[in-house]
Amino acid sequence: MSLKALTRDWEPMSYGFLDASAKREIRRKTLKAIAVPGCQMPYASREVPMARGWGTGGLQVSCTLLNPQTTVKVIDQGADDSVNAASIRRFLARVSGAPTTTDTLQADLIQSRHRIPEEKLREDQVLVLQVPNPEPLRPVQPNMSIARQMHADADYGRMWLQLYEQIVRSGRVMQGASYPSLVHGRFVMTPSPIPRWDVPKLHMAKHLTILSAGREKRLHAVPPFTRVEPLVFDDVPYRVEEHGHLTCYRSGARGYFMNEIPQEDGSSAFEISDSDYGVKTIRKGDGEAVDFGDTWYRNGEMAE
Amino acid sequence: MTVTLDAPQLVKTRPLLVARNVSKSYGSVQALIEVSATVYPGEVLGIVGESGSGKSTFLRCLNLEEIPDTGSYTLDLTDVEGNLFDLDRYARRMLCATRIGIVYQNPHVGLLMKHSSSGNVAERLLVAGERRFAVLREKARDALDASEFPLDRMDAPPIELSGGMQQRVQLAKAIALEPALLLLDEPTTGLDVSVQALVLDTLKRLQQERRITMVIVSHDLGVIRTLADRVMVMRRGQVVEAGLADQIFQDPQHAYTQQLVHAKL
Repeated sequence: MSLKALTRDWEPMSYGFLDASAKREIRRKTLKAIAVPGCQMPYASREVPMARGWGTGGLQVSCTLLNPQTTVKVIDQGADDSVNAASIRRFLARVSGAPTTTDTLQADLIQSRHRIPEEKLREDQVLVLQVPNPEPLRPVQPNMSIARQMHADADYGRMWLQLYEQIVRSGRVMQGASYPSLVHGRFVMTPSPIPRWDVPKLHMAKHLTILSAGREKRLHAVPPFTRVEPLVFDDVPYRVEEHGHLTCYRSGARGYFMNEIPQEDGSSAFEISDSDYGVKTIRKGDGEAVDFGDTWYRNGEMAE
Repeated sequence: MTVTLDAPQLVKTRPLLVARNVSKSYGSVQALIEVSATVYPGEVLGIVGESGSGKSTFLRCLNLEEIPDTGSYTLDLTDVEGNLFDLDRYARRMLCATRIGIVYQNPHVGLLMKHSSSGNVAERLLVAGERRFAVLREKARDALDASEFPLDRMDAPPIELSGGMQQRVQLAKAIALEPALLLLDEPTTGLDVSVQALVLDTLKRLQQERRITMVIVSHDLGVIRTLADRVMVMRRGQVVEAGLADQIFQDPQHAYTQQLVHAKL
């Protein structure tokens, strides 16, 4: 028997780009993160061919979870076709041979920056969110060692101080994205910079959400059917963006999260932020047979 | 005629604070050597001493910020028992947040400089578990009012305020939860004389209205004389003399106290 028969053929890189030990590291830390919902797990973040801060955390988790049968969808701020989303999608397909899609219903793995799709995710789907800053206590406690101690003690009083300041200054909570939320009644996490609109989608969701920060080398997770409660005062209810009454000027979809597009005459047009849902709505309008999933929001109201 | 003499009030009441044989060293430096103190409810204990005499360290121990090497510390409260130095971090934090208020010499230590003044007071209530915005707002306003802080500036961050105002914010924060014990670490040092007098006035009034038990640390005998009922003189980590304020100031026994009193007067 020759040595060649016992060894693998030379390959320019490992399957899924990351080497086996890197993937094992991320798998182990992901399992740990799932076991303690909302708790930030430090992990050995590797270099990927992308600048830190552009989704390297999410990309590493995606590379780890991929296999040739996984259908991948990549979202950047709701859109499937932005440069960042298209590049990551092409990269993932190239290193793993996985099929890609833009349809939320067909995807097995969804890597997303700053949005959760409007259509409900299922038990068999995994959402990977890219996180720039995983530490919710950073605005109120710049010292990270003390912040970790505060997490251990569940000492979150100061998070409300932030909200208090915003209400005092502006009359309402101004936190637009990364709204701090209590996971499983224990850890406060930042749900990555998703809008307030998307935070209730994580509450008791059927899918697994993994939030990974490559630069900060931390990942946390929201397992299926876990409570995610945005921090609020007892007498100041949580409010999502008032987008329920807006209509998308391109697709005519109504009651979803919109992007505002300033017009030359000073007014604004609104375009649905979840581009795949907009495309589906347009195709349906053209008379094509399109499969729509159940959505979290109906007519701008979170469905019970 | 028989006169039945009742025992003095102090004998009948149980002390609020008892600290016994507190010792603390930093490496080879002995900061505190067997320091003991007793404070009765509604009483003001003044601690005087030169810089480095261990008075601030002792106060930090009383605030459970620092745990001494040996010694015991009890507060006569319904919800805590035993030596407070043995509490775990979590229980210690809850106790400090709800039952002990502290005013530091340097407002940068005690306050979040970039947050609003009312927010600083509200933080205390938030740590204790208050989650109603309207109540937070009202209690913060009340506490700031009680410490004679101008209410039209209650949402200004402390960094924009004068030193005297910053001390008032600290005081409001300390008394917001009506603590059993108020610790004051050189509260008026660094303020000019007229502002110092105003802050002392506020403290005096608060003490009379609310009967707050206070421990005040200062190197300024004038401050101690204005506020304290009893005085403890510290030097090189040890208590050299303790007694009623008048007694100490009029008839100092220890050579160091004599020096101190004469230097002042």
